[in-house]
Amino acid sequence: FLGAGGGNDIQWCFSQVKGAVDDDVAEADIISTVEFNHSGELLATGDKGGRVVIFQQEQENKTQSHSRGEYNVYSTFQSHEPEFDYLKSLEIEEKINKIRWLPQKNAAQFLLSTNDKTIKLWKISERDKRPEGYNLKEEDGRYRDPTTVTTLRVPVFRPMDLMVEASPRRIFANAHTYHINSISINSDYETYLSADDLRINLWHLEITDRSFNIVDIKPANMEELTEVITAAEFHPNSCNTFVYSSSKGTIRLCDMRASALCDRHSKLFEEPEDPSNRSFFSEIISSISDVKFSHSGRYMMTRDYLSVKIWDLNMENRPVETYQVHEYLRSKLCSLYENDCIFDKFECCWNGSDRQVIFHRTVTFFLPPLCSIVMTGSYNNFFRMFDRNTKRDITLEASRENNKPRTVLKPRKVCASGKRKKDEISVDSLDFNKKILHTAWHPKENIIAVATTNNLYIFQDKMN
Amino acid sequence: MFVRGLKRKCFDGEEDIEGTLAGIKAIPSYNLQRQSLLDMSLVKLQLCHMLVEPNLCRSVLIANTVRQIQEEMTQDGTWQMINTQSTGQASLDRLVSTDILCRSSREQAEGKHIPGYSTFNKDFEGDQAQGSSETMSTASSVQAPRNLQSNVWEMENPQENKGNFQKSLDQIFETLENKSPNSVEDLFSEVDNSYYDLDTMLTGMMSNTKTVHCDGLETFSSPTTATSNSNCKSDLNELDHIVEILVES
Repeated sequence: FLGAGGGNDIQWCFSQVKGAVDDDVAEADIISTVEFNHSGELLATGDKGGRVVIFQQEQENKTQSHSRGEYNVYSTFQSHEPEFDYLKSLEIEEKINKIRWLPQKNAAQFLLSTNDKTIKLWKISERDKRPEGYNLKEEDGRYRDPTTVTTLRVPVFRPMDLMVEASPRRIFANAHTYHINSISINSDYETYLSADDLRINLWHLEITDRSFNIVDIKPANMEELTEVITAAEFHPNSCNTFVYSSSKGTIRLCDMRASALCDRHSKLFEEPEDPSNRSFFSEIISSISDVKFSHSGRYMMTRDYLSVKIWDLNMENRPVETYQVHEYLRSKLCSLYENDCIFDKFECCWNGSDRQVIFHRTVTFFLPPLCSIVMTGSYNNFFRMFDRNTKRDITLEASRENNKPRTVLKPRKVCASGKRKKDEISVDSLDFNKKILHTAWHPKENIIAVATTNNLYIFQDKMN
Repeated sequence: MFVRGLKRKCFDGEEDIEGTLAGIKAIPSYNLQRQSLLDMSLVKLQLCHMLVEPNLCRSVLIANTVRQIQEEMTQDGTWQMINTQSTGQASLDRLVSTDILCRSSREQAEGKHIPGYSTFNKDFEGDQAQGSSETMSTASSVQAPRNLQSNVWEMENPQENKGNFQKSLDQIFETLENKSPNSVEDLFSEVDNSYYDLDTMLTGMMSNTKTVHCDGLETFSSPTTATSNSNCKSDLNELDHIVEILVES
């Protein structure tokens, strides 16, 4: 009597693509983050030019039951501008590193967006009515000559074309010496954390002039620095628990109740190194680029250069599952080091699905959705999905060539060595400039957003 | 650190020079590979972005790689073999960048005692007085390669050709210190063209996916498939269990 979807493999179809068609990519258009809001109705992207573009899903057309609503531009605004740090003679990039949505509490939507140094809380609100019929003002805003006012009237609201306004409500600045890599909103919906290379700060959403430092791994002597923080996230249910990952492939779970400065972790997750795979690049490829809790909070997923690992929070000494994203790159690590691709930070995400509903006699239990599929990006505009239940995986490509809506995407295969079969692509033909670093999964439906360098692809499952 | 029992090319005698020449094209020795990796890493650390703060994570990872190589080379004593190599006249056909960095470091090491690898990390030290953020200033990073190699090749052998190699290296460092946007071009303008060959050579080395090429630096892993013992079904069983407890049937 389990109500969740499961079992059958999803058939992914192309739905939409957003962004410029030319091959010539303007640097400012490079997408740097993608995030659905809690309902999935809104999809936000951030780019290198400091802009945020929000897409809104159209209301489902009841007559057209075989397709879900399309995403169209809802709001565009300049979130961050380039700044110049005069003290250090260095530019502060306006690139949006992360966007995180707040759960909706009223008519307006709120999101946090951050660049390397400053986090901003944006309010996005709609206006579809305006007051008309003022006593003292003309319709165009000019003030009337008071002597001509002979009657009193009450202004009324009249409909107008929908206008979506974004306004910065809070600016959380000057708290990070190093580059911010993560922001995460607490399950209390009042606080959030921001993490840079060496420190993690805790903020209250209402207070901008103060933050609490909760993790500091900066050594007294910077000469001793060998490890940095790469990602951090709050536990989805425990408001006192968060994790942070490092460049050495470790994840630390911290409890804020233990002490004000969470210097000592409650748990340390680390997989022992495989000695047969040891090379000079071992540490670099073990560096974790993303960490995501499952919806229940029982598991967490980490992404390092070649793999995705699922960890059970109750087991620190090794992951419970490991999925190889592009193992064929292991023999190419030297080239990838030379061209800096080895430092690419891939993100990963869980599927979002309807909550599990269990009926037992007269009682209904609502449980967090099952996290059964993980998705992450790769090179050549390929992205990968792993089904934890069936143990099957699939490689798909985000390309304008598969442009027909409702046509199922063809699985791709990379030929690692030996004879290349038809339709396979050899490792040497992969385009390492075409990388998919950012992907997002709709929280409730099987709709995914996949960002190539400057395009955003939306895929959905084939509905019957 | 490298896989035990792995065959490595020995450096000895004249056989070496021709062998190495051919070796570069076909099967680069572990030491050459390692040296190339070291050179490449040092170049990466030097070429920090001038206008925008360098990526600290990347810098730390590269620095750790350099440290690993240095430790291994010190343990092996393999730097000795490299020094012996350099007596050949056909040096131009080999990794010239190695020569540049090797020879300059020997000159640096003369009369200087470098306190240790720790000075390398001055890269990360910032302006303490102002208490503001630390950045990877190229000026201080310039010190690093010299110090580093002085450590690695502390015991020196007499060398023949100081010549323009040291001059080239100094020019590289000076250009970097100027922090001008043109410095990247300046960096390469004074240097022997075979510097470019380092990159093409490495790419060429690694693009052939023959196992034999990458013996030293990268060992091929046996494919590790996912060995998961638990899956989501355990979640379901737990739920059933909970349901049973909560609702007595």
